[in-house]
Amino acid sequence: MTAAAITLPEQQPWTLPYRGKVAMACLIIAESAIFTIFVVAYLFYVGKSLTGPTPREVLETPIFFTICLLSSSLTIHFAGKFLEKGKRIAFLSLWSLTILLGGAFLFGTGQEWHRLIYERGLTISTNLFGTTYYSLVGLHAFHVTVGLIMLLIVAIFAFAGRVGTEHTRRVEVLSMYWHFVDAVWVVVFTVVYVLGR
Amino acid sequence: MSSNAITIPGGRVEGKPWVDTLHEWVATVDHKRLGMLYIVYAIVFLVLGGIEILIIRIQLMHSHNDFVSPQVFNRMFTMHGTTMIFFVAMPVLFGFVNYLVPLMIGARDMAFPRLNAFSFWLSAFGGLLLYFSFLGGSGLYGAGNAPDVGWWAYAPLTARAFSPGHSSDYWTLAVLVSGFGSIGTAINIIATILCLRCPGMKLSRMPLFVWLNLVMAGMVLIVITPLSAGQIMLLIDRYLGGHFFDAQAGGSAVLWMHFFWIFGHPEVYVLIIPCFAFMSEIIPVFSRKPIFGYPVMVAATICIGFVSLSVWAHHMFTVGMNSYANSFFAITTMAVGVPTGIKIFNWIGTMWGGRILFKTPMLFSIAFLFQFLLAGLTGIMLACVPFDWQLSLSYFVVAHFHYVIVGGILFALFGAFYYWYPKMTGRMLSERLGKWHFWLFLIGFHLTFDVMHIPGLLGMPRRIYTYEPGRGWDTLNLIVTIGAFIQAVAILVFVWNLVISYFKGAEAGNDPWDAWTLEWSASSPPLPYNFAKVPVVASRRPLWDLKHPEDPDSQYE
Repeated sequence: MTAAAITLPEQQPWTLPYRGKVAMACLIIAESAIFTIFVVAYLFYVGKSLTGPTPREVLETPIFFTICLLSSSLTIHFAGKFLEKGKRIAFLSLWSLTILLGGAFLFGTGQEWHRLIYERGLTISTNLFGTTYYSLVGLHAFHVTVGLIMLLIVAIFAFAGRVGTEHTRRVEVLSMYWHFVDAVWVVVFTVVYVLGR
Repeated sequence: MSSNAITIPGGRVEGKPWVDTLHEWVATVDHKRLGMLYIVYAIVFLVLGGIEILIIRIQLMHSHNDFVSPQVFNRMFTMHGTTMIFFVAMPVLFGFVNYLVPLMIGARDMAFPRLNAFSFWLSAFGGLLLYFSFLGGSGLYGAGNAPDVGWWAYAPLTARAFSPGHSSDYWTLAVLVSGFGSIGTAINIIATILCLRCPGMKLSRMPLFVWLNLVMAGMVLIVITPLSAGQIMLLIDRYLGGHFFDAQAGGSAVLWMHFFWIFGHPEVYVLIIPCFAFMSEIIPVFSRKPIFGYPVMVAATICIGFVSLSVWAHHMFTVGMNSYANSFFAITTMAVGVPTGIKIFNWIGTMWGGRILFKTPMLFSIAFLFQFLLAGLTGIMLACVPFDWQLSLSYFVVAHFHYVIVGGILFALFGAFYYWYPKMTGRMLSERLGKWHFWLFLIGFHLTFDVMHIPGLLGMPRRIYTYEPGRGWDTLNLIVTIGAFIQAVAILVFVWNLVISYFKGAEAGNDPWDAWTLEWSASSPPLPYNFAKVPVVASRRPLWDLKHPEDPDSQYE
């Protein structure tokens, strides 16, 4: 009863999806559920704070940093394409640009939080707005940070000359995650800066 | 089976020091060893959770009992619920899935073996955190030593003011950590099933076990995560002074209930779908017929997966939602009974006209069908909003969901133990002890949970630590307690059977049940690499094809 005795009558090629992509897609589904709960909590509590400050009073729309983050999706996409074609310099420069743009976004979040905490007196325990705002934006910033760390690790290996065309699939998995972080920002931006005011 | 084994020159060294063996188990990334670790770990927690429920049952044995204090009683039912769901049911099912899925799809391991080990140790660490609260839960306040907020931990019970000390923090962290472990495992299961199937194993040829657990893993991704999100919010409230569930600052306790039950109800399906998977493997083999209605079974499972995501608020009819919400959740709750009914119909269709062998796995499966149907019927009763208003928070509800979890999930699990133990250890479980286990547990189960419906109908509320005499509850509660002890004896017989059969059981051989799925073509226990040659399949029952080359299934596909 050897397993080899079982034969496939029609010898068609047998290809299955890449496990990294499937796993990242699953992770994205799970993360989306977490973000959904935080977004629901944010929307549920809009306008229910018993004390100030309110979003209308203190929030400023971070248009420049949003453009930074969203354009980093483009740069990482083309970085991946260049890696596939073996254009190392183009890959490296676009990859580094992605990190810079992501870093700029994180700097923007930090700047905004600094202003809110020290100038406007809004902390996570001030009122419901503070609790939901810092949680939702903080959860997103946490994901940006994790993404940046992973991008940096790839960059370090790339500058050491250890990232080649054979790693395209793995780099694409990482860029799936980065696209997800950007897409979540579109939702968070809409909820916090458009609908929530 | 020698033909299936790769000979490694100078292979096994006999008489390894025990430290090496221990190190191998702790550092293992093999899906079979991790599966066994999950299962053993769950059995340990099953005994702990069982001791807790026996304490509860002794306390409720007669009116005005003072076996334990009200505080201890609260801790016991909190720990019992949390333990049984998060540290027994989840890990034991993940253990079986981990062990069997790669074998059934002809793979050599899971897609991410190290993630697999990481997920297991996260879950294990979560269980340790929960039980460490008995020692470390007092914190600086000297208040409480184990979580006492119920397994649903409703706000504001978990607020700092009502839950000082660290017991609730241990609860939150334990559940959060084990939740991350579950998500890791779910990702791994999906990636394994989609990416590692052996040649010929099309989706339409996968064993139903694999299909159903694919759906289960997909559900884990979207139902465990709301709980994790809720726990993060709770931690923000408790540690950073947030106001998510703080009614004094405008927060909402009902929002926590929603977040909890968005997890809580689909979780029941996360637990029962693997049990459906066990049934879909065991019943055909012991009826000597292929499963009836394979595509319908898959469709019904996916349907359950979707519908069960929209039923959660039937746990909250008494909160005071508007009548539109009540109607919506009543209808969806009743609707989820339809695909479940289709499944029961298909299992009976499989047995119909079959040559049924009444071995222990099959006995547990038949009891499962009977009891799960009854549990579903009381579920439909509770889905009627006015009925629920009357009986919510009574022992009727307790009896209903224990009928699901014990009568359904636990019976199916016992069936799975008797069915796959030979594969995992190479030894048969004793049929004699198995019959003792089955009948004792069946009698104990019905004594406890059939009778428990009645004090509920008479108005006995949940979570009370004692009651007045003269309400007609005493005798009923005494019978329930006696039933619980009979179940405990049955569990001891089961554990004894597991231990004694490991050393003295009959040799199982590769295929003791004359079954049809790929795991039975590997040796018992399987070698570390599962299959020396990756198998190739041409039908849903590859071993049938192999045993009956004159009439293979593949010619009918």
